[in-house]
Amino acid sequence: MTAVLERPGMIEAKPARRGRFSISTLVPYLQATPLALILGAFLLLPILMIAVVSFWDYDFAAMYPDVLTTNYTDTLGSWVTWQTYLNTLKYAAIVWALTLFIGFWVAYFLAFHIRTTAMQMVLFLVCTVPFLTSNIIRMISWIPVLGRNGLVNSTLVEIGLIPKPIEWLLYSDFAVVLAMVHLYTLFMVTPIFNTLMRIDKSLIEAARDAGASGWQVLWNVIIPLAKPGMAIGTIFVVTLVMADFSTVQVMSGGQSASVALMMKNQMSLLQYPAAAANAVVLLVLVLLMVAGILRIVDIRKEL
Amino acid sequence: MSKAAEIDIVSVSKIYGATTAVEDISLKIPAGTYCCLLGPSGCGKTSTLRMIAGHESISSGDVRLGNIVVTDLPPARRGTAMMFQSYALFPHLDLIDNVAFSLKMKGVGKEERRAKALDMLKLMQMEGYASRRPVQLSGGQQQRVALARALITDPEALLLDEPLSALDPFLKIRMRAELKKLQTSLGITFVHVTHSQEEAMALADLIVVMNDGRIEQAAHPRIVFERPATAFVARFMGDHNVVSGRVSGSRDGMVVFDVPGGASLAASGQGRAIGEPIDIAIRTDHVRIGDPPATGLGFTGIASNVEYRGSTVKLSVNGAGIEDFTVIVDDTSFFAKPVAVGDAVPIAWDAGDAIVLGRLDS
Repeated sequence: MTAVLERPGMIEAKPARRGRFSISTLVPYLQATPLALILGAFLLLPILMIAVVSFWDYDFAAMYPDVLTTNYTDTLGSWVTWQTYLNTLKYAAIVWALTLFIGFWVAYFLAFHIRTTAMQMVLFLVCTVPFLTSNIIRMISWIPVLGRNGLVNSTLVEIGLIPKPIEWLLYSDFAVVLAMVHLYTLFMVTPIFNTLMRIDKSLIEAARDAGASGWQVLWNVIIPLAKPGMAIGTIFVVTLVMADFSTVQVMSGGQSASVALMMKNQMSLLQYPAAAANAVVLLVLVLLMVAGILRIVDIRKEL
Repeated sequence: MSKAAEIDIVSVSKIYGATTAVEDISLKIPAGTYCCLLGPSGCGKTSTLRMIAGHESISSGDVRLGNIVVTDLPPARRGTAMMFQSYALFPHLDLIDNVAFSLKMKGVGKEERRAKALDMLKLMQMEGYASRRPVQLSGGQQQRVALARALITDPEALLLDEPLSALDPFLKIRMRAELKKLQTSLGITFVHVTHSQEEAMALADLIVVMNDGRIEQAAHPRIVFERPATAFVARFMGDHNVVSGRVSGSRDGMVVFDVPGGASLAASGQGRAIGEPIDIAIRTDHVRIGDPPATGLGFTGIASNVEYRGSTVKLSVNGAGIEDFTVIVDDTSFFAKPVAVGDAVPIAWDAGDAIVLGRLDS
């Protein structure tokens, strides 16, 4: 019965399908078009322009289309550039280590020590509350805390722990790192929390059954399984720190430099081709770092 | 290979907040026994296993393994090893490191532990896959690795939490045979949690039927099947008709009871007070179509369904206050005198086939 009923339907379906053939092959391309246009216009095209402009010539008033490598030789040949890059990398390394440490333990606490999922979500939202204000405000709010006559210094002086205010609390590398850790730790917490939540609890029981102590479980089971989350968090934090100029400018009081700050200064002097060359160098460096992270840790499971 | 240990569970309870998962159970599992904890989900069998393993704290009572009270010991120091339901293999380690995990935790050197782990994989015929990751294995292979990982600690008892539930039916039967073979060759105590009575009967030397946090019956599979202790056991093991009624008297050493809404039946058993509730079990394959040998050993009902099953025919009969009484008749005797749906059928059984069931409270 069913075979007989199906047959006419199939015969009718065939020519119809052939008629739709050309459109149906186009559909996936049409679906991809909006995103391709947006990414092309707002990501690829600007990067291409930066790359092109980085070879142009310029003076104090204008840019001249050209194919010169002087922008690169000037940038890479200058001792100041190297120092700035090293300084930026130093910030990246310190901030990465601190955010990884703090982020892991916050995520670990949320994932393994909070029993109810409702409470986990509440505490996780609490973590994100500071993000309701802008980066700049969160950064500037450190000034009254760390300043010469700020909260920390005046408290310490008043209880007699120190005779005069500590100078290095604000407008120093310490202040820059502190503000960056404050701004970027959540980018580490989120992906690590996500990977920790996916760890099958029976794996931890199996490790305990095999005689692992608490630290052994952490070192042999939890940390290896959290690596993809750590890698994603690392990519976030490293790229953010490498591209940061406002935190460095505000918190160091202009005493430290970063690559992005150098570019900003070049742009304010209308040295766009020099800034573009710098941007290309930074882009290559960051891409190499990301590639390095992806080689070490397989994050495909998380995507 | 290893010494087996007797497991002694002494009035153990597990209470989660307001709910009691396991209620005051006592059980002795002799050394070297293949014991199956059998019951529906939520009956407390897994909690019991996890309390033996040490992954669940014991609310009250004691667990003894051999001569040692292990109630407060951590899992690794009990001499038990557990195999988890989903196998819980470490996804980031290859098979050798998975199997060698407990040795690594003990601080055994890398070469030594890898050699031992490879030996264990050889025992499970998995040495060819030693450098693979668990995700690259099939369910049956993962189970073998999980077994190797559990056995490398040289346990006195192996605890298996629904080890076969993740496998397809064909593999289930094969791995079941392998488990039994392994237990026989190792000679250690196996405690196996399952909800399949077929699995339990195929494997166990001792079946422990649990319901609602309590043990309904603990005995050899043949005894559990042939002489179920309670109505729950008879129903759960299957192939039994359970008939309930109230005692109305006794005759010739038989208890006579009335089924509400009809028949008066008899069953061999001790005398009981008149009016007391009573359950009896009658094996479906020990019932025949025909007149009863004595009064009370059968009834006449209407066939409500006839199912042909090849070598047997399954008949459902309603009548005399008894609903859905199942009769399994072999095909030759059925087709010699066929019955159609709606026919009145006389059903009969022998005095020895009607078993009076106990009640847990009495």
